Amino acid sequence: MTKYVDQGKNDTRSGYGAGMTELGRTNPNVVALCADLIGSLKIQQFIDENPERFFQIGIAEANMMGIAAGLTIGGKIPFTGTFANFSTGRVYDQIRQSIAYSGKNVKICASHAGITLGEDGATHQILEDIGLMKMLPGMVVINPCDYNQTKAATIAIADYEGPVYLRFGRPKVANFTPVDQKFEIGKALMLNEGTDVTIVATGHLVWEALTACENLEAQGISAEVINIHTIKPLDSEAVLKSVKKTGCIVTAEEHNYLGGLGESIAGMLATQHPTPQEFVATQDTFGESGTPAQLMEKYGLNNKAIEKAVLKVMTRK
Amino acid sequence: MPKMEDLQDIVVQTRRDILRMVHKVNSGHPGGSLGCTEFFVALYHELMELKEGFDMDGMDEDLFFLSNGHISPVYYSVLARRGYFPVDELNTFRLIDSRLQGHPTTHEGLPGVRIASGSLGQGMSVAIGAAQAKKLNGDSKLIYSLHGDGELQEGQNWEAIMYASGKKVDNLISTIDLNGQQIDGSTDDVLPMGDIKAKFEAFGWDVLEIKEGNNLEAIIKGMQEAKSRTGKGKPVCVLLHTIMGNGVDFMMYTHAWHGKAPSDEQLENALGQNAETLGDY
Repeated sequence: MTKYVDQGKNDTRSGYGAGMTELGRTNPNVVALCADLIGSLKIQQFIDENPERFFQIGIAEANMMGIAAGLTIGGKIPFTGTFANFSTGRVYDQIRQSIAYSGKNVKICASHAGITLGEDGATHQILEDIGLMKMLPGMVVINPCDYNQTKAATIAIADYEGPVYLRFGRPKVANFTPVDQKFEIGKALMLNEGTDVTIVATGHLVWEALTACENLEAQGISAEVINIHTIKPLDSEAVLKSVKKTGCIVTAEEHNYLGGLGESIAGMLATQHPTPQEFVATQDTFGESGTPAQLMEKYGLNNKAIEKAVLKVMTRK
Repeated sequence: MPKMEDLQDIVVQTRRDILRMVHKVNSGHPGGSLGCTEFFVALYHELMELKEGFDMDGMDEDLFFLSNGHISPVYYSVLARRGYFPVDELNTFRLIDSRLQGHPTTHEGLPGVRIASGSLGQGMSVAIGAAQAKKLNGDSKLIYSLHGDGELQEGQNWEAIMYASGKKVDNLISTIDLNGQQIDGSTDDVLPMGDIKAKFEAFGWDVLEIKEGNNLEAIIKGMQEAKSRTGKGKPVCVLLHTIMGNGVDFMMYTHAWHGKAPSDEQLENALGQNAETLGDY
């Protein structure tokens, strides 16, 4: 299989911070908002270099979403920053009315998504955010896989006109995509061509999928691995092309199976090319405290879970 | 400056528009609309500095945000008669395929509207954002917003009220429509809010009151005073004492007409109290 090298583990939120630093230097309309989590969102450098373009909102996420909507009136491109839980569920109606329905050019940037936020526990581990955001008409939903891709996505969404939800996380994860990649919204990336099964993953589970692919190869199974960094709009063409070849699919995401990437793909395949599918995702449950690795193991989100799902789905062909 | 009689003519015609719009579709919110008619007419025909035409960014002109979007009838009538879209379009209020949705929205591209509102409590945050964009752009024009008094029960307002003073958003004039009524009854019956003036002042706003909120001259004088207090480090709050249903005797002093349309007979009676001035749409 195609070899991917971890250039050194890094957190995707730092990729966001690095992207913001670059945008601060290149796009004078970009403004950053934060609800008392500057350190967590890694945007101190943006703030140091552009103090007049930073808005510290305080612990008031609803107000932050409204202010972001207002800032677009006058040509600004606001990037809001807080944890994924407080970026979505807490402020759903503010996003729905003042941003999505109003068609405002706001970038909702959400760190600490999913269960790998770790020790803080389920109050902060949102596993429903992709579903919440993808259901909003016109909302683009992006979940990049590593530091480099998060940086590239952050920069790319500034040039897209319209509301975007950008999801990233807390833990350091493998950083294996090219340093200066160009990020294309809605374009799936083929990472490894295979013939027996399609694995479509998003976020840092892409790395888990690559690890699973390597292990499966040793068992004589040829897995095709696709990185879907954009959940909406979904690159249906890439998925269809792959499943027409392999005949079965495993989707992998750090999210509830209800409402996530897997559900989007299942819905698309049901109408266009019904295909056996297994979901690597949380099973309609809340998380709990623990280390990211422990939680991924317990909730079935790691490469071993993907391998198991592959073996199962292949029997259903 | 338009003559006061001319403004009064617009007020009366706007009342007719509101009544006819909600009557036609047997839905909508006449009470609060009638209560704020003089305020809207003063704002759009006297107080705000507006450019010709409409563009979303609204650079170098004053901007207005309606937070209590259910009083869309008065908003639509005043926007139409100020030239943002054809007056005839008021005929389409709340009908299928209309730009005049039940609550205001940018979604159908209606000129004059810059944000959707209706789900309450969100407008002040948006107004603050627009005010801060003006500051970043070196634009010295002002942001106006309007909020219901019952709407202040939504918590997001208090986040916004705290922020606006804390961050010295002093190019903002937020007006509270103090009519003392909400859907289920008087604000005191539903949820007493105490001394709203003292609350805004405690949060660091410059607060002034317009006791006669249905008197054009009083509104203009009060709002000009409010304008003179901008740019001094504090957001400005105007407590506008209005009478819900103003101008139609049987709709006044009650919450009953918050979200109810008049019958044929009631419409005739109401229109009889407000003779046509500028021509019905």
